[in-house]
Amino acid sequence: MAGWTIPIVVVAAFVATPVLVVAAHMFMPAGEVWAHLAATVLPRYVANSLWLMLGVGAGTLVIGVGTAWLVTMCRFPGDRLFEWALLLPLAVPAYVIAYTYTGLLDYSGPVQSFLREFFGWASARDYWFPETRSLGGAVTMFTLTLYPYVYMLSRAAFLEQSVCVLEASRTLGCGPWKSFRSVAMPLARPAIAAGLALALMETLNDFGTVHFFAVDTFTTGIYRTWLGLNEPGVAAQLGAVLMLFILALVTLERWSRGRGRVHHTTSRYRRLPRFRLSGMRATLAVLACLAPLTCGFLLPAAVLGKWAFESAQTSADTRFWQLMANSFTLATTAAVVAVAVALMLAYGQRLNATRANAAAVRIASLGYAVPGSVIAVGTLVPLAWLDNTVDSVMRDVFGVATGLLLTGSLVALVYAYLVRFLAISLNTVEASLSKITAGMEGAARTLGHGTFSTLRRVHIPIMRGSILTAALLVFVDVMKELPATLIMRPFNFDTLAIRAFEMASDERLADAALPALTIVLVGVLPVVLLSKAIARSRPGEEP
Amino acid sequence: MREISGAMRGEWKDETGDAMAPTPGLVLEGVSHLFGAFKVVDDVHLTVASGEVMCLLGPSGCGKTTTLRIAAGLEHPTAGRVSVGGAVVADRSTNIPPERRRLGFLFQDYALFPHLTVADNVAFGLAGWPAAERGARVAEVLEQVGMKPYAHSYPHMLSGGQQQRVALARALAPKPRLMLLDEPFSGLDTRLRDQVRDQTLHVLKGSGVATLMVTHDPEEAMFMADRIAVMRNGRIVQVGRPVDLYCHPVDAFVTSFFGYVNRLEGMVSEGGVETPFGRLDARNLPDGSAVEILIRPEALHLRPSDEDARFAAQVVTSRMLGRTSLVHLCVGDVASHHVHLHSRMPGRFLPSEGEIMEVVLDRSQVFVFPSEGTN
Repeated sequence: MAGWTIPIVVVAAFVATPVLVVAAHMFMPAGEVWAHLAATVLPRYVANSLWLMLGVGAGTLVIGVGTAWLVTMCRFPGDRLFEWALLLPLAVPAYVIAYTYTGLLDYSGPVQSFLREFFGWASARDYWFPETRSLGGAVTMFTLTLYPYVYMLSRAAFLEQSVCVLEASRTLGCGPWKSFRSVAMPLARPAIAAGLALALMETLNDFGTVHFFAVDTFTTGIYRTWLGLNEPGVAAQLGAVLMLFILALVTLERWSRGRGRVHHTTSRYRRLPRFRLSGMRATLAVLACLAPLTCGFLLPAAVLGKWAFESAQTSADTRFWQLMANSFTLATTAAVVAVAVALMLAYGQRLNATRANAAAVRIASLGYAVPGSVIAVGTLVPLAWLDNTVDSVMRDVFGVATGLLLTGSLVALVYAYLVRFLAISLNTVEASLSKITAGMEGAARTLGHGTFSTLRRVHIPIMRGSILTAALLVFVDVMKELPATLIMRPFNFDTLAIRAFEMASDERLADAALPALTIVLVGVLPVVLLSKAIARSRPGEEP
Repeated sequence: MREISGAMRGEWKDETGDAMAPTPGLVLEGVSHLFGAFKVVDDVHLTVASGEVMCLLGPSGCGKTTTLRIAAGLEHPTAGRVSVGGAVVADRSTNIPPERRRLGFLFQDYALFPHLTVADNVAFGLAGWPAAERGARVAEVLEQVGMKPYAHSYPHMLSGGQQQRVALARALAPKPRLMLLDEPFSGLDTRLRDQVRDQTLHVLKGSGVATLMVTHDPEEAMFMADRIAVMRNGRIVQVGRPVDLYCHPVDAFVTSFFGYVNRLEGMVSEGGVETPFGRLDARNLPDGSAVEILIRPEALHLRPSDEDARFAAQVVTSRMLGRTSLVHLCVGDVASHHVHLHSRMPGRFLPSEGEIMEVVLDRSQVFVFPSEGTN
């Protein structure tokens, strides 16, 4: 059994390397370029990032917690539908929604054209219209696509709350609002903080939106420093500063979880007593749920659908099928690798639960908190070093130049995806593995099956559903991923996300629609899965 | 049955173990196991002969399940030697993994594989067998436990008792040299438990396999076991036939583990100790030492008191418990403070409150041990 320790530690080290490489750059001597950056753009990056976090934090909190409370605690027309439909914006990457709204609300877009025609305005000087491509616009885009994180986790927390606690609060004279404020919210706080932390991490991770809106943040800075200034070391240093933000978020989340230990004293669940809303209140509740759903999913999807249909003649060509093939191959490969590694780590740790193994597995799943652009830098720096070393050794010894073997290869890209998305597959696999009792393992072993045979004949068949889920989650995330793909892809290798990004950057928004719509449609799959899980997670309520 | 009768001889302590059957199913020699700094299993010596059913009995946390897992190879002992079927499977330098020990393990939760049918579950341990033999063996063991009609059912379609029988068949199918049972009846409700216990005992005895079973229920141990090993704090306190343990317990712990006992305190003087029911022999204990006197409730026989009753007690209350009646007694003892005692009488025996009864002590069910604090 001890045979599992070495592979676990090796794989964990392999996966953790990029993160550690970037972190190490925090302690590198600051060069001239860095000094220049620090004097010119760094304050802007910091300010923009902080404003984004503040805006997105407030927005996702209000929408996420508000809608979660409405659908869990109140009865109004369509509440069951909203329960899962409110998750749909999760399928839309922020950059896709950014392209859509820009096309819709720009000077030449249908909305302003209509207004001009209607009011008889001649030019932009005659009226005021909010600028989509701005910091405020970015905050709106992120809020609309990321509130489901807060919604999902706070809803789960509200569901878990024992009815007794809420009933006690009602009998002690607190009305629904007071119960919400003084009992439900404090109890759900750790979950809400976790959802908020996820939403803010995604905000910091974003590259497509801020690049398109010209809101300079760390991710655009890393991109420019790497590809424009050709300064990978400085890019990594920027990445290290960005990781400080992430670290602060993680700490904040831990802190809110630890303070004043929130746990439920009873485990008795009964039908949640929902407040029945009617008339004006019910209408307001429906509107409150419909607004984020419409703005975050229905409207952008419809607009994309229209554009895609109109541009189908030109964009659905062989090149588009090539993009599809590229995206699917890449995502499938990454999903298979991520699930295989997750399975190995989780099973190995279970067989041999030493502290070293546990630490190794946790370190290996750090990548999810780290932005894709940072991981790209952290992957390419050591790979480039490796390539150069191999090249010089080969040249010295055999007189052959090997050039860049790994840098700019698909292998490197899949490696970066593994680093970033391993945590997703690992969490799913671990949760499912914990449902297989120690007895089943022991039974298989005493019946003459070794560890591999047991994994193949007992664990994998039982966990099949979860393994597929894990693979699907990674698959979809890879489909959406932009910054790492953009920096690391092989020359001339395009994916759907890259294509949408390039078309949008060239102001050809209509041509970006088809790949963008494809990404959204694939993204709906895990939402369907999540909604199924939600249907099952309703303790104390009849289905 | 030769080995069984050999085992039935029963010994107080298994010092060497070799004295038993020619190839014992399981031998533990000086086995110890640490969890961190805590000694869960402490120098355990135990031998289970082929065809013998041995029960490891003890309160929860006494190390009995760990001992079982060490025998199975699911834990590696910190010290000591484990042999299965005459071959060493674990010691300082050896650690044969469970899959190569040829033993059967019946888990507390049965651990049936939910994705396999009953037949496939049973066939799971027969991976290396030719298909025809495998099918025949599956049918044979399922027949043995009476589960043949359910061969194509899935575990979740079965009741608890049926699942237990499938798990038993699965463990027995590969013809193991040793069967290990971990609280195999604790998941069943009381009514079903007696029936399943009986079937399991007959299947195990019929297969002639050496069996080590863990339980915390003394009645279950006495029902199942040829011999019982009582464990406490990681150590084996006493090994013997059920009748030996019940009639000749080595200490107060073993005595009280097999059922409620009345406890009195006393002092040894001149090789004896005074009780409200007469003087008891304590010749093997030093004069002046404090002792505990343990009296089983069934040792206190009651009969209507007459003039020349030597020992008497007053009835506090009496209850019918089914097959027996329980009488609460009050005795004014020598030092004239009151002692509360229980007497258990067969059948219906319900004297009224306040009645004075004569007490006749059955000395074979009374035990005198040094006080816990002094040994």
